[in-house]
Amino acid sequence: AEVEETLKRIQAHKGVMATMVINAEGIPVRTTLDNSTTVQYAGLLHQLTVKARSTVRDLDPQNDLTFLRIRSKKHEIMIAPDKEYLLIVIQNPCE
Amino acid sequence: IGHPEIFPLVFTTKTQEIFNCRVLEDVTEENCFKLIKKEDIIQDLKTRAAISDFHPVKKVVLEYPGEELLVVFDANFQYGQNFYLVASEEAKENLLKPPETTEDKDEEKEEENGEATMEVHPYKPPVPKPWVSLGSEKEVEEESVKDTVAKIKYRISRERRKFGAPITFTDRNASHAKDSYIECTSYQDKAFSIKMLEKNVGIQMVPKVREASTQTKWSYPKNAATQYFPRQLTNEEREESLSSEKLKEFFTSVHLRMEIALQQNEIMNAFFDDWKALAEDESSSGGKPDVYLKAYQSFTDLHYLKDRTISCVCWHPTIYGIIAVSARQQLFYEEQVNLPGKSVLQQSVILFLSFSDPIHPQLMLECPEDIYCFQFSPSDPNIIVAGCINGQVVLWDISQHEENLQNAKTDADGVKTSAIDTVNASVPKVLQYNCMSGTEPPLVRFRAISATQYSHKKTVTDIHWLPDHPEASQTGATFENKGGVRVQLVTCSPDGSILFWDVPATKLSEQPSSEKIREEEMFDMPLNVPDTLNHLDLCWKPLIKINLCESDTNTEYSPVRISLRELHYHYKTSEKMQSLNTAEVPAKQSPYREMSTSSSKNMKAPQNVSASFFLGTEDGEIVYSDWKMEIESDVAKTVSQKYTIHTETVNTLQRSPFFKDIILSIGGQNFAIWKEGVTTGPILQLSCSAGTYTAGQWSLTRPGVFFIGRDDGNIDIWDLLKKTYEPSHFQNISKSMITFISACIASPEQHFLAVSDDLGVLHVLEICQTLHDASRNE
Repeated sequence: AEVEETLKRIQAHKGVMATMVINAEGIPVRTTLDNSTTVQYAGLLHQLTVKARSTVRDLDPQNDLTFLRIRSKKHEIMIAPDKEYLLIVIQNPCE
Repeated sequence: IGHPEIFPLVFTTKTQEIFNCRVLEDVTEENCFKLIKKEDIIQDLKTRAAISDFHPVKKVVLEYPGEELLVVFDANFQYGQNFYLVASEEAKENLLKPPETTEDKDEEKEEENGEATMEVHPYKPPVPKPWVSLGSEKEVEEESVKDTVAKIKYRISRERRKFGAPITFTDRNASHAKDSYIECTSYQDKAFSIKMLEKNVGIQMVPKVREASTQTKWSYPKNAATQYFPRQLTNEEREESLSSEKLKEFFTSVHLRMEIALQQNEIMNAFFDDWKALAEDESSSGGKPDVYLKAYQSFTDLHYLKDRTISCVCWHPTIYGIIAVSARQQLFYEEQVNLPGKSVLQQSVILFLSFSDPIHPQLMLECPEDIYCFQFSPSDPNIIVAGCINGQVVLWDISQHEENLQNAKTDADGVKTSAIDTVNASVPKVLQYNCMSGTEPPLVRFRAISATQYSHKKTVTDIHWLPDHPEASQTGATFENKGGVRVQLVTCSPDGSILFWDVPATKLSEQPSSEKIREEEMFDMPLNVPDTLNHLDLCWKPLIKINLCESDTNTEYSPVRISLRELHYHYKTSEKMQSLNTAEVPAKQSPYREMSTSSSKNMKAPQNVSASFFLGTEDGEIVYSDWKMEIESDVAKTVSQKYTIHTETVNTLQRSPFFKDIILSIGGQNFAIWKEGVTTGPILQLSCSAGTYTAGQWSLTRPGVFFIGRDDGNIDIWDLLKKTYEPSHFQNISKSMITFISACIASPEQHFLAVSDDLGVLHVLEICQTLHDASRNE
């Protein structure tokens, strides 16, 4: 219900190509892409998030990762990590 | 005891009684001798046998030579027993007598005791006895040394006075003088040799053993590849997790961040490189002198293109460097009218030319008549359809020669040397060709040709493949073509009709499976025509025929060009044909309607399909119309608008490759750009004062650029971004009129423009960089 609403709102933003929710183990829970692409994204980004978070915490144990943005030539991948889940949004920023 | 004659005896009392030698009675110490007769002893021996005391000496008694034996009483037990027997006469005598004599002496007593042993003899010197030889003389003799040879005696004498004289000594070498010395050297005696006849040799076989060792690199097995599949949640788990509280909390905490980020991106692109963008604009505005069309190659064929004009040029859609050219006769004014009935003096062909071989065409398609326009099928580049002068539509399949076309480059070098000779030699023989040497290009006969009664009455001036999605059926209802293969054609002709043709799918599917063998197809041997497609010869009928009539005057239009809206895929270049010159067809003058067909984008419901298209007519009018089919009849009812802009026949009608609703139309002395939906008129209209425009083409890569060919052989390059009132650049290509322009993108760097002219020469030009690189916001 609310979850759906929030997801829809996010998807309605301009340029958003895909949205994904991944659980703590890297298994996609909810996605707007096809299965194979989702699985690929989930696996790779989950590992990256874990690595980024461990980096941040190694530098300062009081700190924690709040947001991760990967900008590439074609689009931007935004990852919002949390305790159990991961929200991934792929957006095509307009220029 | 040493007295061999003394035998000690033990006399028992009984024996003593018998022989009267009782102790202390008969015999005493003084009278110890007793003589016993031998006979008595013997008798005793006989009577008493073993127990007789004389038994041990029985033998002695028997051998005693005398008559009486002496038995001596031994009181002192000298001999061990109390009596002893004396065995010999002599000893007896000695005992008897001497004891009597030597009783007095101690020495004699002692000697009595040792009576038998030694007797004191008076010393007698040894008497030499005669030598008794015991055999030792032999040894002595042998050992003794005797002279075997009598010794020689020499006596040497010298005079006495020579003794002691002084003398001198000298050295003398013995080897100098002959025979001064004699030696006996050893020599091998030939007579004597030992011949080894047999030799015992011991042999033992020992295997040769050599130690060697090797070691292999044993690598333990490792995984070379693993395959796994990703973990995925089952549906139930997914739903469960979706509805869980945790997810809600997660979203509440996360969504704000995400939205901020999204909005940031929307507002501005933080990574935009202004500097770089500035550079690009700079380069596009400057560099005017670089704008040109570089002549790449020009093709002409002495045989087929001589004295002919090229009516249509088409690039091969897939194979690089192949361009097809159709030629037809140059016609003058008078002949235009009698066009359909004109006989063909020379075989008309469509030539395939390759960059690698500018002299020789690679392939020739045989045509029954001169070809006005032709097209490659977008879905299968091996199918070519063309429209003829007499109104027929012809179809070829060149899938068999596809390989040859692709290998055109490799063959070209080998062919060039003999090219010229063979071309000259083959002039009298029009249709001869060689199979393997490739001196004469293979001639492909057409697969299908339309039936004359169903074709156009006049020249087919434009031919297009329909977009594949909506497919017109016999009844006029459009439906989807799922196969994606373009199977429909539309043709238009000045006789006022638009025909829709259907190329059956079976034909198209059969063609790829045909064997790729080179067939020798001779024109005068129609036996070689493949049987599969014979059934379409001369009986190909159009699907739908649309007669263009104006609603009020009920006269017909004569469309020359038709442009249909494309849905997807690449855009075809509309063929620019040589216009039918400035002569107008007198009988067909009437206002025409424009029709433009656009297939609807809605593919699901055929009922919603509306067809609208643009028409360019002979009289220079642009007709834009919708076309809806009625079920009962084949005739379309149209709603149209018409614009009369051009002074002459429209020779080009083309949609922009970038904007689907922008159309360029060229005719006569002016050209116009139209936008669909804008019904008031063209959005841009230009005219050029000098000369007429004869051909035109949008640039494939730059939306604001198009090329226009003129009748004086110039090409104008218009860049709408720079100037809208005059061409940005123009260039002279040939002396005669430009008949057709076709552009092709061969590679990202090479963009070609094929320009054909009235003399039958095809020029291929390379479009320079600035002309084909689009700037940013074009």
